[in-house]
Parts: sequence; C-alpha cells; structure tokens
Amino acid sequence: MISIKNLKVNLGDFLLQNINLDIEPGEYFIILGPTGAGKTVLLESIAGLYPVLGGNVWVGDKEITGLSPEKREIGIVYQDQVLFPHLSVEKNIAFGLKMRKCPKNETKAKVDAIVEVVGISHLLKRSPATLSGGEKQKVALARALVIQPKVLLLDEPLSALDPETRERMQRELRGIHSRIELTIIHVTHDFEEAIALGHRVAVLNDGCIAQVGTPEEFLRRPSSEFVARFALTRNILSGRAMGAENGCTIIDIGGTQLRAIAEAKGQVRLSLRPEDILISREPVQSTARNCFLGVVNDITDRGSVICITVTVPPDFICTVTRQAFDELKLSKGGEVWITFKAAAVHVF
Amino acid sequence: MTKMSGWKKPGSMEIVFILLGALMLLFIFAPPLKTVFSSSPTTLWNTLLEEDVYTSVLLTICAALVATLMGLLLGVPLAYLLARHKFRGKRFIEAIIDVPIVIPHSAAGVALLFVFGSNFFFGKILNGIGLGFFRSFTGVAIAMMFVSVPFLIDAAKEGFKAVDVRLENVARTLGASAWKSFFRISLPLAWRSIFSGSVLMWARGLSEFGAIIIIAYSASFLGWTPKVLPVLVANRFDFGLDYAQPVAAIAILISLIAFIALRSIAYRGEKA
Repeated sequence: MISIKNLKVNLGDFLLQNINLDIEPGEYFIILGPTGAGKTVLLESIAGLYPVLGGNVWVGDKEITGLSPEKREIGIVYQDQVLFPHLSVEKNIAFGLKMRKCPKNETKAKVDAIVEVVGISHLLKRSPATLSGGEKQKVALARALVIQPKVLLLDEPLSALDPETRERMQRELRGIHSRIELTIIHVTHDFEEAIALGHRVAVLNDGCIAQVGTPEEFLRRPSSEFVARFALTRNILSGRAMGAENGCTIIDIGGTQLRAIAEAKGQVRLSLRPEDILISREPVQSTARNCFLGVVNDITDRGSVICITVTVPPDFICTVTRQAFDELKLSKGGEVWITFKAAAVHVF
Repeated sequence: MTKMSGWKKPGSMEIVFILLGALMLLFIFAPPLKTVFSSSPTTLWNTLLEEDVYTSVLLTICAALVATLMGLLLGVPLAYLLARHKFRGKRFIEAIIDVPIVIPHSAAGVALLFVFGSNFFFGKILNGIGLGFFRSFTGVAIAMMFVSVPFLIDAAKEGFKAVDVRLENVARTLGASAWKSFFRISLPLAWRSIFSGSVLMWARGLSEFGAIIIIAYSASFLGWTPKVLPVLVANRFDFGLDYAQPVAAIAILISLIAFIALRSIAYRGEKA
C-alpha cells in the first residue's frame, strides 16, 4: 500500500536515512522510538509537509515523493491542540470536504456518517475550546477520516491523554480501524501502546530503523540491545558461550551457567524478559532447563505487576502479579527459586 | 468570575510602587485631558468647521489609511515569511524593519525625498504612473507609511508565530493549497494581531510630523492644499498657544476616539 525507499531527511542535528518500509493495505503499522528519534519528521515527510533529501514514497503504484500535501490523500492527526480554534466542531470536520468543493447535502451526509463511526454526534455544534482531550482527539480523527484518505498518519495521538482515556481511545482506535479498513501509520514512544495496537512495529533510533517486525518478534527476538531495552526487556546480560549440549548452548555468566536455544560462540550478550521467569519457594519440576536458587534483593511495586530482583548472581529482574506475590509471601533477603526455559533466553 | 479572596495589607514596597505608578499615569494622561477640556465643545465644533481644519482632518485620516493599506499589502507577507522561516540574515532583516523607529523622523523625511525625488528609481516609478511626491498626498502617505509600518509588521509577525504551524499542516493534508491554508487558517487566526497592529500603524501615521514637514508642509488634496494635523498644530502655534490649543484638542480627540474604538473591535468578545 505504502512503500518508502531509501528515504533521507535532514533533521538539523542529524539525518533520517536508509528508511525502507513496506506497509500492507489495511495494516495498523506502528513506528516506535524515543523522543527526538525523528518520528514526527518521518510522518511529515510521508505527508509531504517536510522536504526530503532523497528516496521515494509510493502509495499503491503511484509515486508521491514530489507531490504537494493536498494532492496526496494522506490524513494526519497530531498529539494535541490541533483543531482549528476559530471553527466549530462541524466546520472542523467538514473542512476537507469544503476544500474539495463537495456539495452541501453530500458534505452533511458524510459528516453525519463519520461522527457516527467515531461517536461524537453530540459535539457537532460545540467550539473546540470547550472539548476535553479525548473529545478533541476524536474530532481530529473524524476530520482526517471524512475525506477517506488512503493512509492515516497518527502522531502520538494518545500521549496527551490521561491513562484511563488513553486505554479507552486505544480500544476505540482498534474498533474504528476494523470498521473502516484503512492503512494506519501510528507513531508512539510507548512500547505497550505499540504492542496493543500494532500489526507490525518499526523501531526508530537515531534516524535509522533498528528493527521491523510483529509485536511477538519484538518480545522474543529483539535485534539489538537498544530494541530489547525499549521493549522493556529488563534482563540484558553478558556472558561467555561454553559449548553445546542437547541442542542448547551453555552460557556462563559470572559462574552461573544457563542454557539457551541459540548458536553462540565466545563473548555474548543476551536478553531475558522478566515475565518469562517463574519464581517459587521450592524448585519446580518442569521441562525448563534453567533453575537457580537466589536471594530476593529488591521489591518494587509497579501497580499492575511487582518487580523482584533476585541475585543468583547475576541479578535477574522478574515480574509477578499481585496475587502471585501475595501467595509467595516474598520478603527482602529471603531465598527463592527462579525458573525459565532455554527458549526464553535470546542471544543477540 | 474572579473574586477578591481576601484583603492583604500592602507592604511598604507596594505602597511606594502604587504612588510612583499613579504619578506616571497622571503624567501620561493629564496633558491631553487638560488640552481637550480647555475648550468648550462649541469652540471645538467651530474650529472643526474652518476649512483649514476640516480639510486637514480629512487629509490626515485618508493619508494614514492609505499608508496602512499599503502596509498591509506589503508588510503582512513579509511578516508571515519572518514568522515561518529560519534563514541566514533573518535577524538583520528584522533589524532593518525597525530602522524607521530609531532614526530621527526629519532625517527620514530627507532620506525619503532622496529616493522618491524624481531622479531616483522610486521617483521615476511614481512619475511614470502620474503620482508626484513633493508636496503631494502620495508624499504624505509614503512618509506616514515609512515611519509607522514597523508596528504593523512586528504585530503581524507575532500574530503568525502564535498560530501553530501544525494547523496549517493539517489543512494542507485535508486538501487546502498553500494559499487556501493561509487565507482560511493562518490569516483568520492571526487577524486580531494584524488588526491591532494596523490600528497602531494608522494612529502612528496620523501623528507623524517630522518626516512630513520635510516632504509636504502642505499637500495638494482634492483641490485644497491642507497641512496634516500635526503640521497644522505647529503652524497655529506660531500665532500663540491659544490658537494652537483647539486644533491640538481636535487632533488628540480624533486619534484617541479612533484608537479606542478600533481597539475595542479588535478585542471584542475577549475577556480581560
């Protein structure tokens, strides 16, 4: 649907370069990256709002690299405060149709239809200044959708909302996306939002794409330490590969030998997701090949989960649910067993 | 609705500052007020009916209006460019725009005469389209424009800066050309600043003396040869303070009434 080839953009301090993306029709595609990675500029380049130094952008089989923004049929929704303040909600939404010289009755029908989809029929006569953050974002969404763009770009659309509204809007975005089959490129710095919404995710770092893949691939096989850290893989360790045994590689980390299903030699870096580690009072009889006795070193309450640092050594960070935490009756300094599968260990 | 939440006894610093501030306000407001109220309304009305005076009022208002319209046409696009783009030499250009504010206005009059006098490029253009400069309406309007346009450009620039560029971006993606996005989004949203800048420019043009007295002590205008109001005041003062005072009062009244009326339009509907 939309393909980007060798895109190169000047960001002032650094370059956005070697950007190659192929996004399928109807795909919900996420661009994930830290602040300052060039995410917004990438979106604006796709929309034709930011000059590119090189490369091409295609929508379907039509090249749009040199086209002015109004001819691209690509909608954009920004993070906050981007409704036209001097126009009512209705006129905001009808703006694109007016620019296309759409007849009055047709405009009304289209506006009515889209506010129905987005669920803001009751707001039509209001002024943008009187709306809440979530309502503003829905109006912005309706305004972009009403002209039936080929691609919709969302620039951190949920970041300015409070957590409760953000979750609700995530559900609604997914709902809207499934009702009108639309190609969406959504930019965010929030990994959990990316996992919740994206069919596929591209991680952007320092102006380059670090990895493209499904959320599952990000969780299981991060391509680099940067991606692993960004994907909240809290255990990133260094070790030495000692040799193979029964299809596993044995890796020595400061005297502790763990097993990984991966081919590796010499010094290696590896990652292990905290939720893949099982904590127990007694050793667990299972097929998991890694089982160690350790000491609880730190307990951090993160609200929905509890993070526990277990020193074997090295330190392993594990997460458990509140319920499991209560049942385990863990306390600092106490001994526990940690268990994880060899397949859960990812070697870079 | 704001409500005083309680009375706090002012400290010694606040008392001193309030006294000094009151003195400042009195200093600004007393002279024009005294001038206006020194003549009876009948005297002012009779003065206004003198041919010298009403032609002068007409000339001054019209010339300042033409100057402001020219300022809008040429100044607003420049203000937009300066608000939206970063480029080398931008600060230099912004400094150039404020030059008319800092140079002596009589010197500005001489300088204008130099380039708009018939031998120079601008003068040739004016002559070519049948407009004189020396002692003409055109000369008055150009002098007014020169000394007052920085107020408009600066206000318009700030107005455009306050419009989020992403609003223009969104308008573009919705199908608006650059022109449409300017006229439907940027201009309406910056309009208040541009309008109050225009009012300031117009009022500043009305009161220009230094540059105009060099170029057009009196100007040919619709068959008369009136002087602009500030020049007329100075001219009457040659005959004594009593002669100058009613004309001065009229000049002050016209400027103030227009200024207050237009400002209230610009800030209509906006809470303080």
